[in-house]
Amino acid sequence: MLTVRGISRSFGDHKVLDEVSFDVRPGRMTGFLGANGSGKTTTMRIVLGVLAAHGGAVSWNGQELTPQSRPDFGYMPEERGLYPKMKVREQITWLARLHGVDRETAQRNTDALLEDLELTGRANDRLEELSLGNQQRVQIAAALVHDPAVLILDEPFSGLDPIAVETVLDVLRKRAAAGVPVLFSSHQLAIVERLCDDVVIISKGRIVANGSREDLRARHAGSRYEIVVAEDAGWVRDVPGAQILELDGPRAVFEAEPQQVLRAALDRGEVRSFTPVVPTLDEIFKEVI
Amino acid sequence: MARASFGQATWLVAEREMKTLVTTKGFWIGFAFTIVALFALTVLPTVFGGDDPKVAAVGSAAQAVQGKALDVQQVATVEEAADLVRADDVEAAIVPDGAGIKVLALNDPPNDVIRQLVESPPVELLDPSAVTSAQRSVTVIVFGLVFLMFGMGGAAIAQSTVTEKQTRIVEILVSTVPVRALLAGKILGHTILTLGQVVVLALVAPIALRVADLGTLLGVVAPALGWFVPFLMFGFVLISSMWAVAGALVSRQEDLGSTMGLVMIAVMGPYFGVQFFYENPTVLKVMSFVPFTAGVAMPVRLFSQQAAAWEAVLSLAVLAATVVAMLLVASRLYTGSLLQTGARVKLSKAWAPAE
Repeated sequence: MLTVRGISRSFGDHKVLDEVSFDVRPGRMTGFLGANGSGKTTTMRIVLGVLAAHGGAVSWNGQELTPQSRPDFGYMPEERGLYPKMKVREQITWLARLHGVDRETAQRNTDALLEDLELTGRANDRLEELSLGNQQRVQIAAALVHDPAVLILDEPFSGLDPIAVETVLDVLRKRAAAGVPVLFSSHQLAIVERLCDDVVIISKGRIVANGSREDLRARHAGSRYEIVVAEDAGWVRDVPGAQILELDGPRAVFEAEPQQVLRAALDRGEVRSFTPVVPTLDEIFKEVI
Repeated sequence: MARASFGQATWLVAEREMKTLVTTKGFWIGFAFTIVALFALTVLPTVFGGDDPKVAAVGSAAQAVQGKALDVQQVATVEEAADLVRADDVEAAIVPDGAGIKVLALNDPPNDVIRQLVESPPVELLDPSAVTSAQRSVTVIVFGLVFLMFGMGGAAIAQSTVTEKQTRIVEILVSTVPVRALLAGKILGHTILTLGQVVVLALVAPIALRVADLGTLLGVVAPALGWFVPFLMFGFVLISSMWAVAGALVSRQEDLGSTMGLVMIAVMGPYFGVQFFYENPTVLKVMSFVPFTAGVAMPVRLFSQQAAAWEAVLSLAVLAATVVAMLLVASRLYTGSLLQTGARVKLSKAWAPAE
């Protein structure tokens, strides 16, 4: 498990991170959400050891990270970068070897990844000859080729079309399923909502929400319900303590003690649907930041 | 998983640098230019300079030029001869002048023609030198030019560093291997390539000298050449580390010009310094111990037999010590500036300890 505890960092007088703490658990995809400039990239760079923290610590399986004792990270920086004039396969293999993978394994891993990412046909092209979307896939391959122990991906899905998102997602899920903790940042909440197991929300350098996606939703769910009955649902407003938020013929969204409303509805006739309204990440996000 | 050791990482970086460089056209063009330039400098003077001067001779004056090393064209009148001189067809005209002869020339006294016509007194050299001044000036140019070419070739290190910063792959590299391994790998890769070129040149140089019929010079050049190689290599590492810093300070190729100035001076300095002052033994002696100019100045002094072997060893030791110091400085500056993107990084900021 990757543990971040009390990380702070300033640039000049500007405090960018203030006591940031969260965990990235093995086998889980952890979504790291925040507005532009909220400190996502700075946090990731500190975790990787590219940037020094001004306080706090990052640990891997309980051991504080030092330049000598870092696990093998797979890193995809926000500002993408690979050698434009180097051939795809050669480049990925070279990066694997830089991580200490032997030549044969490096080549085997590269070929397997290019296959998974549907890039086999472009293996011997120079990176600059590929479309931006394909360059992005190569970037993913660069982060995965050495079978890293932890994956840190800064906006891995930005710039990908929906099909490419699925391809990349499959590859990442495979890694998570194999027990690798995956931390990825994104500002595309819909994507995060669909694929992350845990969510960390950062705002102005502070962690404002943190937990599994379900917990987070439940915690922010409140007492909001939706009911659909056979006839007009306007009567709900007469239930003591109930407050209608939306009313649309037989459908009503309200806040109240749910059992009381349900009983009243059954007394009146047919109830077609009765569900708690779970907030989307989007709503939680707007609420907490 | 096993991480790449410092040595492995350095070698991988070096290997990539070499592969990248030898696949560029510029590298081969530069190398071909160096070989051609060296051939031209050593061979061409003998090819063009070897012909006898052309003269026109009129009437009885023709006897005076017989048996001399002159290419004589017989003409009937003085006017005809003067026309040939004016048309630059001949260097001079030898015409009768009373009992003797007179030389007609355009605007300069034709010394090479005159030398053929007068009886030179015998000369005895009290302190004969093994090398003529002509040989020496060729050597100065050749050593200077080789140093200049390879020194400028080091700019590829700056370019490759900027490429890494500009494409941001540097973030991946820095999170994977120590910054020092990146720097060491770049310098190592380019030094090996330079050494390879020097070896080729060292093999070609004797051929050039033989073609130029300067075989005797070979015996004199060889020891100086032997010294030149280590001086060149240490000098190259010294300049490489400066090129690397010049690259690390900026984030875009377009900005590279702003940091390259100082390095250019360090590369051009030895070339021009030795060109201007090689006839001044005191200045040359000083330059042969200054690390930046020693690379050219000391081999030239050795070639002219002005320096003893111990001087060369001492100068090489000074150079080596400077290289070590420069590598330490460069390594700190490189580390301090590599991840700073945006505007050009000030040296003081690059030097400051990491926040």
